[in-house]
Amino acid sequence: MKPSEGYPVKPSPSLKKWMTLALLLALLWLSVRETEASLSELIGGIPEMGKFIAKMFPPDWKYLRVVLKPMIETIQMAILGTTFGAIFALPISFLAASNVTKGWALRTPARFILNLSRTIPDLLFAALFATVFGYGPLAGMLALSFFSFGILSKWAYEAIETIDNGPMEAMTAVGANKLQWIYFGVIPQVLAQFVGFVMYMFEINIRAAAILGIVGAGGIGIYLNRTLGMFRYDQTVVIILFTLVIVLAIDAVSSRIRGKLI
Amino acid sequence: MNNKTIPHMPSPPKPFYTRIKTWLVLAVVIAIYAWAFSGIPFTGIKQTAWQITKAVFNGLFHPDWNYVYLAEGEDLLRGLAETFAIALFGTTISVFLTIPFAIWASRNLIRTRLFSGASTFTLSLIRTFPDIIMAIIFIKAVGPGAFAGVLTIGINSIGMLGKLNSEAIEDLDMGPSEALKACGANRLQTIWYAIVPQAIPSYLSFALFRLEINVRSAAILGMVGAGGIGTPLLFALEGRTWSRVGVILLGIIVLVTIIDWISGKLRRRLVQGKA
Repeated sequence: MKPSEGYPVKPSPSLKKWMTLALLLALLWLSVRETEASLSELIGGIPEMGKFIAKMFPPDWKYLRVVLKPMIETIQMAILGTTFGAIFALPISFLAASNVTKGWALRTPARFILNLSRTIPDLLFAALFATVFGYGPLAGMLALSFFSFGILSKWAYEAIETIDNGPMEAMTAVGANKLQWIYFGVIPQVLAQFVGFVMYMFEINIRAAAILGIVGAGGIGIYLNRTLGMFRYDQTVVIILFTLVIVLAIDAVSSRIRGKLI
Repeated sequence: MNNKTIPHMPSPPKPFYTRIKTWLVLAVVIAIYAWAFSGIPFTGIKQTAWQITKAVFNGLFHPDWNYVYLAEGEDLLRGLAETFAIALFGTTISVFLTIPFAIWASRNLIRTRLFSGASTFTLSLIRTFPDIIMAIIFIKAVGPGAFAGVLTIGINSIGMLGKLNSEAIEDLDMGPSEALKACGANRLQTIWYAIVPQAIPSYLSFALFRLEINVRSAAILGMVGAGGIGTPLLFALEGRTWSRVGVILLGIIVLVTIIDWISGKLRRRLVQGKA
């Protein structure tokens, strides 16, 4: 093959593309078999789902009084979980950032911890802490702390790596030590962004906190599980709607504050 | 302060007001934290917590390797394979279901504000809806098992994918589609020949990104009965067989890491191919 008319010619890209497609389709076919998916089952299930939804109405609005307290607990769990996650995320993000920590001996283990903590889903943390510390909001708070820690520290170290190095070079030139360097050179540049991340994490955590109770980690999820178990779907729908309203309200407030900060 | 020595320096306009505002914000923050701490019973830690923690760590460092493969089934490898199958199949479904939502929600293709607004609202509603609750609803429809997980992921991913894709479409270069329109192409032809080729790389990249999230999601959906590794994990936790919990945790970590790694590599290639 000769490149004619000045266009570079790729050596048969189509074969590779077809192979990729074939591999993907094979994987997909195996997935369909593995999950025993069937359209007829879905169509046959629609009336069941319809019955489930029909049983939700009319919603039992009096149940709001019962779930008010667990909803407050959910918000408290999310606030503290986000805060503790943020407190631990900041120092480790300095260790993980390549422009702050020059040596790999500290940076590699820091990144390893970050990557590890991000592979574990929030509900799994919750189930683990609920078995260790007993059922209740403490387990939920700890789960959210670990979950936020992994995500926040990744965002933070990536933000730190993009900062302007000028101020730090100037400080090194006048003989600042590492702590001064971080405090006066790095933190002022990333603080507003970091607070924005924390607010966003809080929004994620409110959503997460609402379901942690399903595995016994406090908050409104416990009631969700309970009403479902007792087939009181008219109460379940109250919980779902209440959660949606709270999440949307907190999203609105938080994105407003974030907008002001950045 | 020594700014009084500089005669030209105008005094700050409302120093009192700003100072009050700072203190007020601080007071509100402290009040919020005091209130938040009051809700969590820090003293109610179980006496056995330390022993259980030791047992958990012991289990994590002495995983039950026998569970990795059992001849009669219901082992770790099959659980992880099912988890991945749920994530892959669910993501594929959502990738197709997203297309109409993404087109409806993008302001440069749909000029009727009310119409695109309705789609944006639907997408944000789906995003706020917790996946676990959706899983419970689907379990009512098709019974417990992996298929319920697939449906949950398929529907729940539309929220994020639709938003990202509609934003990507809004950022597209409209030159080609205007040129096509000028040549007399109809709406479908414009979308197919001008929008689709430009949108494909970011569309695939978002799909891979969502697959990474969905693998994690599929790993926990089993806790409410929607198939995957979550079900045996919950049983192991309830039965306090920590060595089994340990091996399942390790399995999830390995699966998620591998998928993240492959998907990250593919995504980087897609971005480079686009540039």
